[in-house]
Amino acid sequence: MTETPILAVEDLVVRYRGQHRETIALNGISFVLGRERLGIVGESGSGKTTVGRALLRLLPPRTEVTARRLDFAGQDLRALDEAAMRNIRGRRISMVLQDPKFSLNPVMTVGRQIAESYRVHHKASRKEARERALAMLEELSIREPGKVFDLYPHEVSGGMGQRVMIAMMLVPEPALLIADEPTSALDVTVQAQLLTLIDALIRRRGMALLLISHNINLVASFCDRVMVMYAGRVMETCRAADLAEARHPYTRGLLACRPVVDETREELATLARDPRWLEAAEP
Amino acid sequence: MIAIENLSVTFGAGQRQIRAVRGASFAIPRGEIFGLVGESGAGKSTVLRALAGLVRAEGRIEIAGKAMTARRGRTDLRRIQMVFQDPYGSLNPMHMVDRILAEPLAIHRLDDVDRRIGQALAEVGLGREHRFRFPHQLSGGQRQRIAIARALIAGPEILLLDEPTSALDLSIQAEILNLLRRLWRAHGLTMLLVSHDLAVIAHMCQRIAVMNRAEIVEILPVERLRRGEADHPYSRALLAASYETGETANPGRRRAALEQDRVSFNQAPG
Repeated sequence: MTETPILAVEDLVVRYRGQHRETIALNGISFVLGRERLGIVGESGSGKTTVGRALLRLLPPRTEVTARRLDFAGQDLRALDEAAMRNIRGRRISMVLQDPKFSLNPVMTVGRQIAESYRVHHKASRKEARERALAMLEELSIREPGKVFDLYPHEVSGGMGQRVMIAMMLVPEPALLIADEPTSALDVTVQAQLLTLIDALIRRRGMALLLISHNINLVASFCDRVMVMYAGRVMETCRAADLAEARHPYTRGLLACRPVVDETREELATLARDPRWLEAAEP
Repeated sequence: MIAIENLSVTFGAGQRQIRAVRGASFAIPRGEIFGLVGESGAGKSTVLRALAGLVRAEGRIEIAGKAMTARRGRTDLRRIQMVFQDPYGSLNPMHMVDRILAEPLAIHRLDDVDRRIGQALAEVGLGREHRFRFPHQLSGGQRQRIAIARALIAGPEILLLDEPTSALDLSIQAEILNLLRRLWRAHGLTMLLVSHDLAVIAHMCQRIAVMNRAEIVEILPVERLRRGEADHPYSRALLAASYETGETANPGRRRAALEQDRVSFNQAPG
């Protein structure tokens, strides 16, 4: 971890207000992120996606977000107005979502979308933006960037679409990338390629990465640290390399219930959820 | 129990014709769990649907020693049942569990409905209280249990499973896979499991067919898969990818494989 953290979150609470009841999506989340790769793991409903959305203030109306501290690169995110927030979104913190099919504009060529993403945040001519976009595509190991530039989203494969998304998100040169299940919609062989690619780009640019996923093993292979969430709380945070020695029963349960290729087991371990986990969460 | 020979499925006609399955052959003896693995679009589900008689296919399909024709009789249909990926999509949202489970009994003219429904629910680990609920009142795992109960209630010999756990959380996946293995043993079922997840396939199956671009490229016993001994380059690539995305037991081995990858990536020109 470096001297000044990129992100410092303390006691983040998110409440969704319904007509009849209130749902607490995040119940006091705290973490510090340096120039590193932090993975957030949890099952559906654990609140992992809400963390990313709360940081970017992308939650639906009638959601109450409170935190004792929400600092990004020394700036208090809580104090920013909408205009200032727009400068953060995309420019300083960007986000890659699960399925490129739904996050790209279907009636605009992928190249123009990347160039636009650059021009929104930087003063640049069309020509310069186009060059930036082409360079970005090339950096993402796309063989004929000139050709791909003029394709529409429906003309590219899922893996290619997700590379385009990543290009769009990285071309404004943000300091932090939030990747929310970036490869879950893709085939395994493409998944590994794409994650290796994201990893190389992050390292080269000295960025921070928040990788959100339900797959604990995947997160462990690509991150420095892993934060395990359950029911809106952090159960445990540990170094990815030490995950095998994780202490929390939920983490251990998640690791044990997954079948693995090179091991024979008659029965898979199942998770017995303990209500005490909700009280004894990590401070 | 199941034998297919030179099975082909084509969709569309003329220039827009797509061959979804090309010349697939395999034989599954009674009591085996056979896996079909591959990426999206490989044709895995189409093979299952052809076996269930849901799509028209060329080639030979033999079930319990009997060649299947386009029109199947009730006894043939009863012998083979299917469980789909998304339990929410495969259960009628307007029907209560009771009606969902009563339907196969009515179709196959089985009596003793009350007892059979109670027993089917108990077998998949649900209680009486679930009988009069709608699908939306159940969790994802419970819904998949209902889909399994529906498949089993008419007493089939063959269960076709199309990605039965890929819509579920890992902890729920473990419960469903355990349940399927218990039922397999208790009923002496023959199962054909389709999945994109090599770890799930390796855990459940005795033999595995690898599919790529409409063709079966290799059939291998699970022990060889576990040792990483696939012959076909595509199977090897699939195996390597699942090591990288963390489907193996040993994190050290995974990390080592990954570090190697990083090195080669960084050395690549550009």
